[in-house]
Amino acid sequence: MRLINHRPARPGAVLLAAVPFVVLIVAYSIASDMRLAANPQDKLLPALSTISDTAQRLFTVPDKRSKEILLWKDTVASLARLMGGVGISAALSLTFGLAIGLLPYARSALSSFVAVVSMVPALALLPILFIVFGLGELSKVVLIVVGITPFMTRDLAQKVMDIPKEQIVKAQTLGASSWVITARVALPQILPRLIANMRLSLGSAWLFLIAAEAVASNVGLGYRIFLVRRYLAMDVILTYVIWITLLAYVIDWLLKTVSRRAFPWMEAGL
Amino acid sequence: MSFVSVRNVWQRYGDRSILERVSVSVEKGEFISIVGASGCGKSTFLRMLLAEERPYKGEIRIEGGETAVEPNRERGVVFQKYSVFPHMTVQENLIAAEGFRTTFGRLHGAARKEAAQRADQMLERIGLSHVAQHYPASLSGGMQQRLAIGQAMAAKPRILLLDEPFGALDPGTRLQMHDFLMELRDETQMTVFMVTHDLEEAFKLGDRVLVFDKPRWDPQDPNLIGATITYDFDVRHGGIPHQDILDQFPSLAMG
Ligand SMILES: Nc1ncnc2c1ncn2[C@@H]1O[C@H](COP(=O)(O)OP(=O)(O)OP(=O)(O)O)[C@@H](O)[C@H]1O
Ligand SMILES: [Mg+2]
Repeated sequence: MRLINHRPARPGAVLLAAVPFVVLIVAYSIASDMRLAANPQDKLLPALSTISDTAQRLFTVPDKRSKEILLWKDTVASLARLMGGVGISAALSLTFGLAIGLLPYARSALSSFVAVVSMVPALALLPILFIVFGLGELSKVVLIVVGITPFMTRDLAQKVMDIPKEQIVKAQTLGASSWVITARVALPQILPRLIANMRLSLGSAWLFLIAAEAVASNVGLGYRIFLVRRYLAMDVILTYVIWITLLAYVIDWLLKTVSRRAFPWMEAGL
Repeated sequence: MSFVSVRNVWQRYGDRSILERVSVSVEKGEFISIVGASGCGKSTFLRMLLAEERPYKGEIRIEGGETAVEPNRERGVVFQKYSVFPHMTVQENLIAAEGFRTTFGRLHGAARKEAAQRADQMLERIGLSHVAQHYPASLSGGMQQRLAIGQAMAAKPRILLLDEPFGALDPGTRLQMHDFLMELRDETQMTVFMVTHDLEEAFKLGDRVLVFDKPRWDPQDPNLIGATITYDFDVRHGGIPHQDILDQFPSLAMG
């Protein structure tokens, strides 16, 4: 039989999915053991037990000075910035995507502009954003918005234009105004795409967030990582990295679930 | 005065002439079949009746009204595909036929209840009651087209435009759809324009069959001359049997 027709059975598939994770952990432990055997003071690859001790401390023990658990404080600050940025981007891209996709005048005026703007390397704008919006929350949220909105807008506009013309004409023969066509025909059909776009953009959004926090901040997950870097505290960095990965994964999973629950018509034909 | 009057209509895209000198008068309640070779401009003609595009020249009036500039509730339409809204259930699609004209496109309270009742009656009539809460994607092609026709009729248009409505259906389903359409039409006495590639279908359903073709060919530039109505068969009064039509218009066989 051809390779492309070999499929793993159910328990085998789960096992197979676990393999890369196990390999990664085992490889790390071996490397870490080797380094620690050569030099017990080595900080580069802390033992798994050290990381787990550190994680426990970071999640539960308050900071001596501020009496706050820094990791939670960082998490709240970062998530607020991330949600703010992604939320604003979603709203903007939805508005402009619908306008560009449905209104010929908006398309003429904006589509080339959005195409060009989506090529601007957002990170290079960071210094400007800090100068214009200050070092506070605003500049970080704006960086995320600038970084992901153009791409999301382009994609949504395309999705609106992909709606068969027949449907738009049909709606008009039923007496629908431009507004009703927007709200009742186009919007519901691109909402699943909006969520898909948010899932795709979250990767870049995290990137922009951590970059902005690393450069100028006094709280946040990215800030903390770059702060402890000075002490070569790999156990803290790794804990934060694993935590961020977990957060990102959970957010992605939530969006996926919402999408599946909210748009049953998407799967009707499958 | 006739119900629908098309007077000296021309259409061109760029320097390509698609239709020229198209004139026809249609009485209220007539069923007009439209046939012609592929690409000769049948859909273009229908799009102009629909007011999706405006004629380059000429006028199209319904009961003496002005030539429309955009589609409206006077004209119902069913295309070969994509004529219903995939994100709404079957019943919602029918309610939309009444709700879309409102400011927010939705009906509430008593109005919605009444619309839902009428939708259910329509579902009964088009035989889709058992799938009222399903989404269109889970229906067969024939059921989707029945829904599309029901939806168009629910808006109570003055003329109904069908562009190859059964073109994507298998022969058996197609025959069922003929019966369905004829029943619906007997009840409503709707004025219908239907484009089809199936001559038998055209003569079976239509009161009149319009043949679109190029009246002459310019050997230098075939784009120069557009198609027009080259024949108008009156099927009711023993028009030419369609078996002979191919002898007269061999280009039809290519469609
Ligand atoms: N918007 C447009 N711009 C330019 N050319 C067009 C446009 N719409 C249609 N045409 C051309 O006009 C001609 C007539 O098209 P139309 O769709 O009306 O043909 P048709 O008779 O419906 O063909 P078919 O039987 O294949 O559906 C075709 O050659 C087509 O390429
Ligand atoms: Mg056509």
